[in-house]
Amino acid sequence: MNKAAERLYNGLIQENPTFVLMLGMCPTLAVTTSAMNGLGMGLTTMVVLALSNLMISSLRKVIPDRVRIPAFIVIIASFVTAVQLLLEAYLPSLNDALGVYIPLIVVNCIILGRAESYAYSNPPIPSLFDGIGMGLGFTMALTLIGMFREILGAGTIFDFRIMPEAYTPIGIFVMAPGAFFVLAALTATQNHIKAARERAGKDASRIGSGCAQDCMTCGDSACTKRFYDEHTDRQEDVKEEK
Amino acid sequence: MDKQLKVSSNPHVRSKSTTSGIMTAVVLALVPAAGYGIYNFGVRALWLILVTVASTVLTEFLFGLYRKKMTITDMSAVVTGLLLALNLPVKLPLWMAALGGVFAILVAKLLFGGLGQNFMNPALAGRCFLIMSFPSQMTDFSNEAGSFLRFSWDAYTGATPLAALKAGESVNVMDMIVGRTAGTIGETSMIAILIGACFLMLLGIIDLRVPGSYIVSFLLFVGLFGGHGFDPAYLTAQLAGGGLMLGAFFMATDYVTRPITSKGQYLFGLFLGVMTGIFRLFGPAAEGVSYAIILGNLLVPLIEKVTKPKGFGMGGMRHEK
Repeated sequence: MNKAAERLYNGLIQENPTFVLMLGMCPTLAVTTSAMNGLGMGLTTMVVLALSNLMISSLRKVIPDRVRIPAFIVIIASFVTAVQLLLEAYLPSLNDALGVYIPLIVVNCIILGRAESYAYSNPPIPSLFDGIGMGLGFTMALTLIGMFREILGAGTIFDFRIMPEAYTPIGIFVMAPGAFFVLAALTATQNHIKAARERAGKDASRIGSGCAQDCMTCGDSACTKRFYDEHTDRQEDVKEEK
Repeated sequence: MDKQLKVSSNPHVRSKSTTSGIMTAVVLALVPAAGYGIYNFGVRALWLILVTVASTVLTEFLFGLYRKKMTITDMSAVVTGLLLALNLPVKLPLWMAALGGVFAILVAKLLFGGLGQNFMNPALAGRCFLIMSFPSQMTDFSNEAGSFLRFSWDAYTGATPLAALKAGESVNVMDMIVGRTAGTIGETSMIAILIGACFLMLLGIIDLRVPGSYIVSFLLFVGLFGGHGFDPAYLTAQLAGGGLMLGAFFMATDYVTRPITSKGQYLFGLFLGVMTGIFRLFGPAAEGVSYAIILGNLLVPLIEKVTKPKGFGMGGMRHEK
């Protein structure tokens, strides 16, 4: 499998940001009241994620280690602002539906997480595909959640009526608790499938990046621990002395 | 050897009471309320009760088949189904009642580990699920269906006495005590509920700690902030109206979701009384018993933590000489 396809598979299935890494829960639960909103949010995040991954990866040798988080935020915020202006201009209805969650993409932990754990230590092209893969995984998850909530809570998919007219919508599914129910049910379903695959010998659930354990034992660069890492700080001090 | 000497872990002193025995007693205690509901609202109430109980029992049965651990004989599913049905308006479509039953058993109880692990009362979880999902059907208390046993109460059509009370209209307190009012199936008759509650208290299954402190604190709160002072008619109407009695004696006393310490139970009742008062007097809806009890259920671990009794000789003050 070549690198680009591997990154796409990783983002969509193996390390799906919503169902496996459980990142970006805030937009996941808040905006998925309909399939359209989920799709819009997912695609918007994907564009920002891919572009910021590309940019951060290209600049990774220029950005000093100690100020990398502010640098990432500046890059991400610029892309989010650009995307929001584009949405306002060309898709005002989607912009209204997503509301405050568009500017909040800046603090979406998937984007910062990918910048920190992948783009900052890998070349630009794989980073771009990592962003696209993760973004597609996020889009898929949000659209799925939105679809189930819309079917049960309004009887439609993408505003197209699926259920018969006599169906009484179950209102709780378009409210906040419904988001938790649907997310939990979908996560349980995919864990069930993965567990079955694992028993058959096909390990599909290995998380390669991000913190699967607590930060003390995790060797991954996405840990905040690294921010205070005495070891690297001391090495840099030694360098400065020289 | 091992046939004579039985090696087991504690407790070694055993009580004869069993889960299924207690649950059966609760079902029997609910019979007067359910019977009065059927008498008051007609045959449809019976159908609603049967469908709800069938849905909870069937869900428990199917889940038991799936997990290969059958828990259906402990009767708790019947209690949940019956309590949920008594909390529904008689005109609710049957499939909604069944859906509420499935939610109560599957999501609020079984997914958290079954009886004893549920952190909130399953019947109330089912009721709140239905209220949030179908707000108009769940608050539709009008009753035009042809029931041959029903009293005539044209004045009450569409509004429960609590709603009338909230709107500042006068209510017939005597009717509310007997139960000749609109409302959910099991909540209208204070007398029927009290008969069941006395039965449970005589058997020693429930005690007055939670219901007593709940009712007293609620009355104090309503008396202080209700705007009518301690007017006996108003207080009785608040007490007899809505689900307060059913909630206080049958749902707040649930063994799993109330605190186990006796101090904690008083505190729990106090919290429920104040919350119910706040919901009823200052909230947008006329009724708030179910939300108050669910909120109280969530606080139970905290209440148990602060009221944990000290062992003999542990803690306490050291005497200074």
